[in-house]
Amino acid sequence: MTAPVPETLFLALEHLDKRFGGLHVTRDVSFSVARSEILALLGPSGSGKTTVLRMIAGFETPDSGRVIVAGEDVTALAPERRRFGIVFQHYALFPHMTVGQNVAFGLEARGRRGSEVGDRVGRALAAVDLGGFESRRVTEISGGQQQRVALARALAPEPRVLLLDEPLSNLDPSLRERTRRELARIVRGAGITTLFVTHEQEEAFELGDRVALLNQGKLEQLGTPQELYGSPASRFVAEFIGRSSVVPGIWEKQTGRARLAAGTAWRAVAARDLLDGSPVDLVVRPEALAFVGARDGGAAEGRVLETRFAGRETYFSVALEGGAEVEILAAPDAAQPGWKVFVAPLPAGPLPRVYPGTGKAE
Amino acid sequence: MTRRSLAAALLALLLLWLVGYPLLVTLTQALEAPRWTLRHFVDFARRPEEWRALWASIWISLVTVGLAAAIGVPLAFLFERADFPGRRVLGSLVALPVVLPPLVGVIAFLFLYGESGFVARAIQSLFRLDAAPWRLAGPAAVLLVHAYTMYVYFYLFTRAGLARLDAALLEAAEGLGAGPRTVLTRVTLPLLSPALTGAALLTFMTSLASFSAPYVFGGGFRVMTTQIVASKLNGDLPAAMVETVTLAVVALVGLALLQRSETGRVVAGGGRGVAPARRRLGRSRWLVAAFGWALAAFLLLPHATLVLVSLVPRSTWTIEILPPVLNFSNYAALLSEPERLRPLVNSLWMAVVATAGALVLGFAAARLAVRGRTPLGGALETLLAIPWALPGTVFAVALSATFSVHAPWVGRFVLVGTAAILPLGYLVRNLPVTGRATFGGFRQLDPALDEAASSLGAGWWKRLSRIDLPLLAPALAAGASLAFLTALGDFVISIVLYTYETRPISIEILSSLRLQETGAAAAYGVVLAALSAAVFFLWGRRADEMRPPG
Repeated sequence: MTAPVPETLFLALEHLDKRFGGLHVTRDVSFSVARSEILALLGPSGSGKTTVLRMIAGFETPDSGRVIVAGEDVTALAPERRRFGIVFQHYALFPHMTVGQNVAFGLEARGRRGSEVGDRVGRALAAVDLGGFESRRVTEISGGQQQRVALARALAPEPRVLLLDEPLSNLDPSLRERTRRELARIVRGAGITTLFVTHEQEEAFELGDRVALLNQGKLEQLGTPQELYGSPASRFVAEFIGRSSVVPGIWEKQTGRARLAAGTAWRAVAARDLLDGSPVDLVVRPEALAFVGARDGGAAEGRVLETRFAGRETYFSVALEGGAEVEILAAPDAAQPGWKVFVAPLPAGPLPRVYPGTGKAE
Repeated sequence: MTRRSLAAALLALLLLWLVGYPLLVTLTQALEAPRWTLRHFVDFARRPEEWRALWASIWISLVTVGLAAAIGVPLAFLFERADFPGRRVLGSLVALPVVLPPLVGVIAFLFLYGESGFVARAIQSLFRLDAAPWRLAGPAAVLLVHAYTMYVYFYLFTRAGLARLDAALLEAAEGLGAGPRTVLTRVTLPLLSPALTGAALLTFMTSLASFSAPYVFGGGFRVMTTQIVASKLNGDLPAAMVETVTLAVVALVGLALLQRSETGRVVAGGGRGVAPARRRLGRSRWLVAAFGWALAAFLLLPHATLVLVSLVPRSTWTIEILPPVLNFSNYAALLSEPERLRPLVNSLWMAVVATAGALVLGFAAARLAVRGRTPLGGALETLLAIPWALPGTVFAVALSATFSVHAPWVGRFVLVGTAAILPLGYLVRNLPVTGRATFGGFRQLDPALDEAASSLGAGWWKRLSRIDLPLLAPALAAGASLAFLTALGDFVISIVLYTYETRPISIEILSSLRLQETGAAAAYGVVLAALSAAVFFLWGRRADEMRPPG
């Protein structure tokens, strides 16, 4: 347990566990972040991602487990001695101080004095395109500007790790995308090890070098966005990342196929070893399915329920025989609601993945 | 045990010792521990005068609620709903009595409406009567003073409620065809019910705890508070203890009943809307304005009288309607004679010490409970609030019972008769005021600010001095100023616990009155009122709903 942490793994969490009363919010979470890496902590609300962030920051003490930074165990260290920078969801700018005083706060708290503080405040504000904003009140600037002040304040003392808690959730949608790109530019420019919490997959994929997906306090998968999308480690990952449909079936181990209630069998990849004949859930992406002819291999019969126009292509909801419902991405004129159709996985597309299941449609 | 939970436990113990322990001691003395007998309660039940006092306390309080509502609610509607010249200034003036110590109001009434007051003298000379046309005494006098001082609760609560009312709800009712009367009875008043209940509760508790008015005007008419003090002064300590316990129980039952009437009632109504516009009155607005000014003059007349009487030199005013000589000799004496200056100095230092202590305790409790999330948080908040629910007389008697014995191993020390007991009594009485201010302040403060500061490297002292204190300053100032002026004008605690050396202003006012030095008494009253008003208007305005009964 106390083996030295390799230098490349700058921030490491080891078996973090936390309960609030009867609620087990974090279960045995372990992962590490390399120096200068940006890691997104993604998950639905209540998945424990903010608790993980707060344990790293030192605002919560884990019931068990350790937080290690650059080989130093900081688990018992008070937040003010960790030298981490944090951007809060609602920014937590000190309302009784000016922009400049906010940014200077961390420098002064760490003993910097005189012209050095002024210089560094100026540089930090310039880095977030707010040069000259020093004497503005934090209450008279816009939400996007407040967010950048919060970032400048966190970065000014040159922290070892930057933590961001849902940094964009407080902005209205029109601002969010632009701010996201700015945030990415600033954080990458600073070259700082960063961990940020979000419940938006798009945000995690755009900002994160890697993404850690949490569910019910457990780490479901850690990987690049491509890995999470292409090779989801669990049914939860497959369903949470991107769009997908779930079709129940029976696993035929010899052929590597899942037999559907509609009668036909689809080739699939098992995320782990499954017993022959066991009930499974087949998770399939809309772009991996296509309308086919009745006699094509693997064709499952169904009826188009409704369509959802999405520009160049359209999503078709199809009720398969046997009760399951799938979503297919195809040309807008491929079918009409009410039509009888046949559906099969594209031979060239990513194979559907199977996970242990009930074998019944939900 | 973490350092934080240790601190919370120690603080809870300290508050328990200050607030809970004296009440427990009172109860055990009423039960004559360690013999444990109900003898004194039986004696209490057998004496008809005890029942009379108990009943008087209750009916006086109920009638006070009715009278205060009858004055305060229409006034609130007038000032919140109608627009007329001078509305804003008058609106503040009308709330003035809430700022002034009860005893000041009482003596002001005495000088104006008492048997040798201005009004009686005027009528006496006008009709050439041999004696004063009335005596200001008995229950009617008490009710008059109560109604005059306590309508402000209804006035302030109703105005606040009306200001929060969503105009869209009234418009919706009108749109559905409801006339003004229906809108008032079916929409406005039901929506105001939390405000009205709050005002009724505060008025009832204040009236139950009221001491100055029944003490000065009661004569033979006794309520529980005056009965307790009389028993104590007569040396019948067991009776005083039983009466104290009884009054405490009545207060708690009243509190519980009134609070229960409020729970379960749904008055949400969004509250996001805009308050209804004030009605612009036509020509009648001058009439309303004249009425408003006359009313304000009527309400402020007693205090004007106080100022006038304070300018009357000693033994210069005998039978004339108006005093023949007016000068500042009373004020000069007050400042130049050390024995006259003493009560002022006493009141000031004791109020400062008590306020500082109550503020520190309230702040520590709120920081631990709200910020530290200690499991003892609820207990800390309750302990701070208890003195609000119980009349001041109860605490005065409880403190005097507890701290007149030297038994350090059970936490009892002889403090009665020393300079420490009055500040301690004021402190205990002020805990609910500072507690409410600090808990409210901390609850409004985003906890992320503290976390942000600590993540930026600020230790606890830096967070306290640069984040918490500056941001909580308005709430702390409001709580502290209210606590300060409650302590400054206190009479209830003082009359039970004072010594000659530590006599405060209120006691000096009373003894000046006894010595027929009305000018000196009035001068003290004016100084007290001016100090209170200044403190309130400088720092306390945000907190006008936090005042405890007294």
